[in-house]
Order: sequence, then structure tokens, then C-alpha cells
Amino acid sequence: MTATLSEVDRGPAQEAGPRPPRRYRLSNLDAKVSPYLFVAPFFVLFGAIGLFPLLYTAYVSLFDWEVGADEPLFIGLENYRTLFEDDQFWNALFNTFSIFLLSSVPQIVVAVVIAALLNANLRARTGWRMGVLLPYVASLVALTIIFGNLFGPQYGLVNDVLGLLGISPIDWQASTFGSHVAIASMVNWRWTGYNALIILAAMQAIPRDVYEAALVDGASALRRFFSITLPMLKPTLIFVIVTSTIGGLQIFTEPKLFEPSGGSGGGSEHQYQTVVLYLYQSAFQGLDLGYASAIAWVLFLVVIGVAVLNFFLTRRAVK
Amino acid sequence: MRHRWVSVLICAAVSAAATTACGSGGATQSADGKTELTIATFNEFGYEELFKEYEAAHPDVKITQRKTGQGQPHHQNLFTKLGAGSGLADIEGVEEGYLSQFMSKAGQFNDLKEIGPKIEDDRWLKWKTEAITTKDGKLMGYGTDIGPLAMCYRKDLFEQAGLPSDPEGVKALFATWDSYFAAGDTFIAKVPGVAWFDSAAQVYNAMHNQLETGYYDKSDKLVVDTNADIKKDWTTVTAAVAKGQSARLGAFSPEWNTGFKLGKFATKTCPSWMLGVVETQAGPENKGKWAVTDAFPNGGGNWGGSYLTVPKQSKNAKKAAELAAWLTAPEQQIKAFKAKGTFPSQVKALDAPELLEQTNAYFGDVKAGALFATQAKKIKAAQYKGPADGQIQETVFSPALQSVEQGKNAEEAWKAAVEGAQKAAK
Repeated sequence: MTATLSEVDRGPAQEAGPRPPRRYRLSNLDAKVSPYLFVAPFFVLFGAIGLFPLLYTAYVSLFDWEVGADEPLFIGLENYRTLFEDDQFWNALFNTFSIFLLSSVPQIVVAVVIAALLNANLRARTGWRMGVLLPYVASLVALTIIFGNLFGPQYGLVNDVLGLLGISPIDWQASTFGSHVAIASMVNWRWTGYNALIILAAMQAIPRDVYEAALVDGASALRRFFSITLPMLKPTLIFVIVTSTIGGLQIFTEPKLFEPSGGSGGGSEHQYQTVVLYLYQSAFQGLDLGYASAIAWVLFLVVIGVAVLNFFLTRRAVK
Repeated sequence: MRHRWVSVLICAAVSAAATTACGSGGATQSADGKTELTIATFNEFGYEELFKEYEAAHPDVKITQRKTGQGQPHHQNLFTKLGAGSGLADIEGVEEGYLSQFMSKAGQFNDLKEIGPKIEDDRWLKWKTEAITTKDGKLMGYGTDIGPLAMCYRKDLFEQAGLPSDPEGVKALFATWDSYFAAGDTFIAKVPGVAWFDSAAQVYNAMHNQLETGYYDKSDKLVVDTNADIKKDWTTVTAAVAKGQSARLGAFSPEWNTGFKLGKFATKTCPSWMLGVVETQAGPENKGKWAVTDAFPNGGGNWGGSYLTVPKQSKNAKKAAELAAWLTAPEQQIKAFKAKGTFPSQVKALDAPELLEQTNAYFGDVKAGALFATQAKKIKAAQYKGPADGQIQETVFSPALQSVEQGKNAEEAWKAAVEGAQKAAK
């Protein structure tokens, strides 16, 4: 395809005066239709793999639809009613938010600090900047399995270190809070550097003269950070917070593989079963597609709600 | 002006890619007029050489194997395609652990008594065939392999505890569950820091499968809260956990592997295929310490093994059934056993010299083939499995037992398990 692009040869015919009518009609059509063709790939793909599954999931959620069953039974909103009375769902929602807060909040604060450090005059700057991205490059599955080993309740390294410090070992799989901390630490490990780089890019876009003016006015480094850097980062922070909200509420791989042999229950008493994990369990162990679709839709609405809420909160908080 | 042609080219390329992507459907009749039979298996069935043999004897048949590495994705695919109504292979392997789910959808598979060749009733062990026969007598699959249970134990640790450690001497300890747990009490008192078994669920599931009635009665009614035997097993196992007999290591978890290496438990419920797992996990440094004996508390038991089934989706069901019947004949199963160690479910194969002479070096050159053949014959009957049986075991009772090991009150965990079972059965 590059070959076609490489050389533009406008023949003399195109430079000539009035075109033949037929040609004119074609070029008129080109002007009207081509733009739609250009944007079509996105809309076709979005329709096929974005919009259609979304709507079809809503449709499936209205049925008692078991995988392999002969005839799905229409039950209206019954799946949603069951869902709102399902303790396991509320537990999963709680776990999701708990893990989300334990991961996103420290992550963004630390990312801003790292970005500020990387923004300073450092030797081997590029090396440092690439360095914080390394955890992101590692395979998520490998990472999760390694962290699962580190947080092993009986022979894990973390408990050994805690033991050296005189702290009694924590059963990272049995305790609800413990398992959430362990899983959040995987998320933080992976995403902090990535977010730091995005924030760093935004920091570098802040005009220098604002800082210079502040410096002349005698503002301290801390004052400059809180009164100039943070407010100027607002649009980027909103982006980072919204994307980490979406990612955080859909967390799946980490709890699924935290105890690789443990199936999809998320712990012996669902201590760390997240909403998506419950969805997966309903669909592929319980084979109840209707119920799983209902979970998917409720989660979808929750994510949108939280993202919108975050958007407004962030806009007000960082002025 | 050139841009227009670029866009046309891009569109053409996209649509070309799309059509090739969509244009790879399955044909049952290949170009040379042969019937193509597909067979979907997982792990290792040991069939590769057998396919060549069958194709040589049947020039009109071409066999394609779809092999999945693990059982779980294979069965997920099986049930999804069953729902989709197309896309399954002509022969589908089904593992024992998924049998209850499979049997609840038996209507979408062929009765092999009806479409398959005539096979003598006693080709397979009785309980093996029983488990895949519907209430109205339809045979939904041909048995391939099994996983008869024996007991593996650490000789060195038994000696340390002053227990008998030779394969004959330990049999008394493994006579009943009572004697098993009593020996466990003696053991943990003598050897501190080492547990008697790896995890409660591993012992409980074996006990449960020996019951005449399990989680369901034969009319598919959930009897988990009324079947006193279930509660009795639960109480026995959780009492042993309370005394410290469990190493609290969930089977197949990374910590379980470490437990094998460090020798943190003295016995293991051992289906035939577990010998390989023990060898891998305990490693060469523990060679000679593990032993296996042909005894199992309260008789025998089975964990694992598969069937070959023919879905109604298959367009060549009759020929597929013929192939499946041939593959599961004793002569063929012995070859598969030699290739990949899949333990045969066929009565005649259990007496084959190749099987009886098989030894295992890691377990002190024990005659493993003969040992497990003895264990296989001890199993009396297959417990009836209701629709959500597998799910209740995997996602309700096993985690509930783990929660007891993590410190939860056994009575509360029992209540949670009963509720969980009722929810799963809905």
C-alpha cells in the first residue's frame, strides 16, 4: 500500500479545464460518499464488536438462558430481581470497590509524585522514565502468579519478611482485607509507572513562564506544585482517574489467578470474588448466561455512574 | 485523487481479510470423497498412533483430532457449542468430573446402544458404564480410562511415627476411615510439624463418593440437608481438621506443590494418575520416600477418567460411533495406556500382561499396573449424580471445607455449604 502512496503523479489531464460531465458526476459522488467510507471501518467494527454485544447482552439478560439448554425461557426482569437479592453479588460489589479504592487512590497519588520526581533534572533521565514502565511490560498472568506465590499463606515470602519483623503471619487468602491488599498491590505494581508517564507528559506541557512568574513572586516549591502543577494537570488527572475507574471496576485476572487452583469462587468464602469474577463463574461454571448477562449490565451501569461521579468530583476538587 | 484508490484498496483488503476469516467452516466430506471424522480430546488420550492404524484399515475415513491442553477449556467449549447448536466434533471426550453437567444434557447426544455397533455389556467395569447410562437405559458414552484410588504415604515419616511402613503392614491403617483418622491422631502426636493429609476436601470428596446416595437422590431431588451420611462425613473430616490432621494445602495450588517438596503431609488419596503428580512435585530429592499400597479406606474409589460421546450435531454419527467403539476396545486402550499411561476401564485390559507388569521406579519399583487394577475391581457401584453435582463438589463443598481449614466454625460452614448447594441446584 505504501507503494501506491509513494509517488503522486498528477497527469496533464487533471490540470486541464472543464471535465467531461460523467467524470464530474463521479467526483461529485466521491465528495459525498467517500467520507462515509473513510469513517466506515470504525463504525462497522464498533457496531459489530461493541454495540451489538452490548444490546444482545441486554436481550439475553431477560431470559432464563442456560448454556446448552434447549429452549431459553423469557422471564423479563426476574434475573435483575434475583441479582439485587443475591448476597454474593453485593459481596462481590463490595470487594470490587474495596480493591478499586485500595489500588486507585494510592496509585494516582504515587504516580503524581513519581512524575514530579522524573520531571526534575536527573542524570540518565530516559532510563528512569523507561524504568517505571517495566512492570507494565511484564505479562499480567506471570505477574499475578508470582504475586500469588509471594502472598502464599504458609510458605510465601511476604509472610517470611513479616515474621522477621516480628509481625505474625497473615493468611492472605482467608482474610478479606488481607486478600484485597494483596490484589491491590498487584494492580499498583503494574499501573503506577504507566500512569506516572502520562502525568509526566502533561507536566512537561505546562508553560515554564507560569513557574517563572511564581518564582519571582517568591512562591515555594510546594506552593508551586499545589497552585500551578496540580491545577494544570486537571484534564490529564481526570483522564487517568476515569480510565483507572473503568479498569479497576472490571478487575478479573488478578483475583482469578490469585489462587490458581481455586476456581472462580474468589476464595473459600468469596473473600476476594469481584463482580467480573462472579459474572464469569455464573456464565462458565454455573452455565447461567441470562444471570451473567444481568450482572454484566448492572456492572456496566455502575461503571458509568462511578466514572461520571469521578469526573465531577475531580473537576471540582482540582481547580 | 490518488487517495480514493488508496481507500478502495484498504476496503478491499479489509473485506478480503474478513471473508477469509469467515470462510473456514468445517466440511464433513473432503475433496477425495473420504468421510472426515473429527474427534475432540483434552490432555493426552494417547490416540495418535491408533488413528493411523484405523485410517489404514478404513481407507474411506480421515480422522482429524482437535486437541485441547486442559480439561476445563475443552468442556467449556463443549457446553458452549452445545448451546450454539453447531461446531462440535463428531466425537467429544467428556471427563468424569463434568459428568453430571453432561448427563443433564444427555438429550443432545446419541444413544450409542442405538447407533453404535453391538458391544458386549461386560467390556467395561460395571460402575464405569453405569455412570454414563441414563435412567431410561440409554448409553451416552464409551468408557476410555479411569482413575482408581489407592493410598500414597511417606514411608520415612511413618517409621518416624512408629507406624508400620511396609505396603502390607499399612493396610490395617487404611482399612476404614475410622482406622485412617485414628492412625492420623497417632501420627501427628509423634511427628510435630507434619500433617496427616494434604487438605480436607481431598479426603472428604473420596469419602463422599463412596456413599450410596450423594447430594441428589435418584429422582434428582437435592438431599444434602436430609442425607445423614453427608453430615456424618463432614463432621468426621472437620473434627480431624480441628485436631491438626490437615496440612491445609488446597490441591494443585502452588503451596500444595511446596508442601510435597517439604514433606508437610504423610498420606495422599492417590488415583493412578497421581503417581506422576507426586513424582513431579516431590522431586528427585524425595525419591524412595513415597510408597503406594493397594488399600483404600472403606474399599475403593475413583477420581478421573473419561468417556467418548457422539453429539447429535454430528453428521456422521454412525461412523463416529464405530470409531469410538473401536478406540475403546481393550486391545486399543492397552496401546493408549502404553503410549500415555491412561489407565484402562475395560475389564479385559485390566488383565493384560502389559498392564500387570508395569512398574513405577519413583515408588520403589512397585507393580503399579497390577496394584491399580486390583483397586479398580474393588469399586462396587457408581453413585448417582444429579444435575449440579459437579458444581456442588467444586464450588460449594470444597471451598466450604477450606474455610473450615482457615478457621471458620465447622457448624457455620456446614450451614453455608447447604445453602450454597441449594443455590447451585436452583
